[in-house]
Amino acid sequence: MQQLVSELLNGNRRAAARLISLVENDDPQKRELLREIYPHTGNAYVIGVTGAPGSGKSSLVDWLLKELRRDALTVGVIAVDPTSPFSGGAILGDRIRMQDHAMDQDIFIRSMGTRGSLGGLSRATREAIQVLDAFGKDIILIETVGVGQSEVDIVRTADSTLVVLTPAGGDSVQTIKAGIMEIADIFVVNKSDLPGAERTATEINMMLDMKSDAPWRPPVVPTVSVANEGIEELWKSVQDHRRYMEESGRLIDVRRERVSRELTEQVEYLVKSHIWAQVKEEIKLDDLVGKIVNREQDPYSAAGELLETIDFYGKDT
Amino acid sequence: MSSKKIRILVAKPGLDGHDRGARVVARALRDAGFEVIYTGLHQTPEQVAETALQEDVDVVGLSILSGAHMTLVPRIKKMLLENGMSDVLLVVGGIIPEDDAEELIEGGSADRVFTPGDPLDKITGYISSRFE
Ligand SMILES: Nc1nc2c(ncn2[C@@H]2O[C@H](COP(=O)(O)OP(=O)(O)OP(=O)(O)O)[C@@H](O)[C@H]2O)c(=O)[nH]1
Ligand SMILES: [Mg+2]
Repeated sequence: MQQLVSELLNGNRRAAARLISLVENDDPQKRELLREIYPHTGNAYVIGVTGAPGSGKSSLVDWLLKELRRDALTVGVIAVDPTSPFSGGAILGDRIRMQDHAMDQDIFIRSMGTRGSLGGLSRATREAIQVLDAFGKDIILIETVGVGQSEVDIVRTADSTLVVLTPAGGDSVQTIKAGIMEIADIFVVNKSDLPGAERTATEINMMLDMKSDAPWRPPVVPTVSVANEGIEELWKSVQDHRRYMEESGRLIDVRRERVSRELTEQVEYLVKSHIWAQVKEEIKLDDLVGKIVNREQDPYSAAGELLETIDFYGKDT
Repeated sequence: MSSKKIRILVAKPGLDGHDRGARVVARALRDAGFEVIYTGLHQTPEQVAETALQEDVDVVGLSILSGAHMTLVPRIKKMLLENGMSDVLLVVGGIIPEDDAEELIEGGSADRVFTPGDPLDKITGYISSRFE
């Protein structure tokens, strides 16, 4: 295992790929690995790309990669596609649009299924970011599923969030999914070759101007990702946002929040696994369930009694 | 705790013009619970091997209708081995004469060859059986 991590730090692509699998599969050694990797993280800038299915996220990522490479930046891409709730399988097809970069040694692309997670990313996306960060990638691009129940995942994960909208169907901005306006650092109106694009951009701009007190006013960038139009402007906007994040101190704030959330999650995880390990060792949960089903016990006092039998300070996890 | 999923790269190396068959197989594999990485048409052997590496797949499925299987399959197998991916199952589907199929398997390039007449559950069943 140590071997894998040192190979990762030496830039071995197979090691990076294997480590992502290990965290994604919840390998028993996952926490140990992440612990070893952690000191080497914190250098990558994370850019999220979200938007409705088919809005052109993958095509945009493909073009953005060209801009990033022109600036000699190394890039990791994590592209998330939905896992079928019925079979547990998935078709991960985002790479189709990124094939031009398949042989670029400074780009590492990884596809992930949501595997039951509902927020537009998979549970392991953040851990995969850590692997690619330690791997030395300057920029990490995340393509979300875009049908998440909430887009909270991506805002909590990315330093800059791009929301991709399209003029398709003449959708008015009023019909845009609630919550999407709030999360964008940059709006992309992709498929601007289609009718209605200008109106869409105008409407977004009007809505943004109504709340003009925000320190960062998201730009609205029209693009045609099948024709490489607007991509340079888009990349400039991302760089502007990054500069704003860094110079205003906002980047440090959001990263602090992220770490604080991670710490809370880790504590909760440890407490939970510590408690359950003991509960399973000492108490026959099935018997209790039987009693509750038969109304000999109620779940509220049963839970309380369970906790009383636990030695919180006993063994380590 | 561990929740391993079998990952399969479905790739179309070479110059054939359409990928209907590959898409149908990809869907069947998804419905059988596999994670399918699908990369579209016109992959070079180098691209296939590099994608297999980055995606850390357990299986590479090649769809070849162009007749170039006798050069493409051994080439891809060799590159996979060079990448240290000797455990990867290599499955080929396409219009492949029986003699060629035998040669590919006996030469150690392919683990299994399927032809257009084979039912989909034969393919999914074979892959499942290899990971029991
Ligand atoms: N007319 C037009 N079509 C576009 C444009 N950008 C992308 N498309 C098309 O939209 C379709 C979806 O593009 P993708 O890049 O795969 O979109 P996506 O958002 O990644 O899709 P999912 O990952 O499936 O959600 C493709 O058929 C593209 O050719 C554009 O600027 N104009
Ligand atoms: Mg996509």
